Amino acid sequence: MSRMKLLALQVLVAVVSIGAWHVLTTVPVFGKILLPPFFFSTPLDVGARIVKWFSEGTIWGHLWITLVEASLAFVIGSVGGVLVGFWFARKPLVAAVFDPYVKMINALPRVVLAPIFALWLGLGIWSKVALGVTLVFFIVFFNVYQGVKEVSLTVLNNARMLGMNERQLMRHVYWPSALSWMFSSLHTSVGFAVVGAVVGEYLGSAAGLGYIIQQAEGVFDVAGVFAGMVVLAAFVIAIDFAVTVVENRLLVWRPVAADTRT
Amino acid sequence: MTARAVGMSSLGVTAMSKEAIVGRTPAEAVALSDVTISFQLANRAVYTAVEQASLSVADGEFVAIVGPTGCGKSTLLNVAAGLLSPSAGTAAIFGTPLRGLNRTAGYLFQQEALFPWKTARDNVAIGLEVAGVSAAEAHAKADAWLARVGLAGFGPRYPHMLSGGQRKRVGLAQVLIRDPKILLMDEPFGPLDAQTRQIMGNLLLDLWSADRKAVMFVTHDLEEAIALSDRVVIMSAGPAARIIGNWRVPLPRPRDISEVKLDPAFHQLHREIWQMLKDEVLKGYAQTGGG
Repeated sequence: MSRMKLLALQVLVAVVSIGAWHVLTTVPVFGKILLPPFFFSTPLDVGARIVKWFSEGTIWGHLWITLVEASLAFVIGSVGGVLVGFWFARKPLVAAVFDPYVKMINALPRVVLAPIFALWLGLGIWSKVALGVTLVFFIVFFNVYQGVKEVSLTVLNNARMLGMNERQLMRHVYWPSALSWMFSSLHTSVGFAVVGAVVGEYLGSAAGLGYIIQQAEGVFDVAGVFAGMVVLAAFVIAIDFAVTVVENRLLVWRPVAADTRT
Repeated sequence: MTARAVGMSSLGVTAMSKEAIVGRTPAEAVALSDVTISFQLANRAVYTAVEQASLSVADGEFVAIVGPTGCGKSTLLNVAAGLLSPSAGTAAIFGTPLRGLNRTAGYLFQQEALFPWKTARDNVAIGLEVAGVSAAEAHAKADAWLARVGLAGFGPRYPHMLSGGQRKRVGLAQVLIRDPKILLMDEPFGPLDAQTRQIMGNLLLDLWSADRKAVMFVTHDLEEAIALSDRVVIMSAGPAARIIGNWRVPLPRPRDISEVKLDPAFHQLHREIWQMLKDEVLKGYAQTGGG
């Protein structure tokens, strides 16, 4: 399938679903509007709201706050995950001792921690960063742990036969292997950093995308809720694109997945 | 019938190992004596892979080890590499008992052993770099070695961009750049197609003839073994595999693999060895549940 055809079909999906939304919320069927605009808003209202936010410039500050929170959560969570992942993978005893606790904390729905973080760290950005860190940390930690554990025994033996000492094994074998696993989960962990930030804002804050959505919801401003969701989606797609660019640069050594063009 | 054949071949072992011990200088490149290797299985049973194997490789000698699948050939090689310590018996390298890794040996593995995150050049250079050679010098030497194995200009490629045969060439360069005194090879050309194997065999003989390292070459392909080596050692089917045969290969060098296979002496030797190996291969199949 050619690129143009694919793009056309992708646009078609958007046009059809937005068109259906528009028709169902504005055109009466048998004298009755199926989706009352009070609950579902209309595409035009949502579009107008988004244009208003950007033309007035009020949205940029909120986007910036969310971006800062997500970035901090990603960086702190990743550094922690890499360090602990390496430590556990190289010290099986430590891993065995902490295993049940790691599983326990990871099984906990992180949303319940949000009020505690708000209590400890206040309503500023740090309570949101903390929530994001608890999400990102475990993804990176599990991947780095796996990456270090799953280094091919043959590659490891080869490295040792080529004369590497423990420190050189770390640098030339374990570290690249762990990094490749970490980068393979980059999309997920960046996504969770944003989730942590937005959920944190939603549950209690004075700025950010989650705050906008929560404020709109509080006054039954459905157009505002939907507009916030659209901006959030665009924001995530932009970040995801940036991650793809970084990934392609850092993982040149990896075989591309089988060519999917038909 | 099979039982009788085993009895006879174990007599052969005793005779052979005596000759091996008495007839050579103490500075054998590799001397394995009465090596037994057992593993503790999960159910606490003990599995003996190799039993009382004695094998020595003289400096500059090319020895091929042939045996049925799963007979412990690779295990024996790992002992010589120092990756595995034998449960009983001793391993000596140039007269010194082996402790820890064998620093004088280069090991070419059967499976993929290149670092996938390094380019071909970095893969070849790494053995020098970790030994403290400057990056510039290591890279220059790596390029020279890539050229010697026929991969000039392939330096910037990553392993996944190379074919199986090319990866083996990189592996060969990676091992040889460190100039090991002993070369251990574990079915290195096993996964390659027949034509590529022949080309790789000739390349190996070519490189080897330049400075005649001691070589232990494990294979299950008898033709390859005879074509390449000075001496062919036969192992019995596992478990508790033993060394049951030892043949000198009288073919002149330098050899070309495709031509040497047409030599009547090659056929004579092949027939003789195959007589013994055939029984072991069938036994091996019986134990592993068929081929």
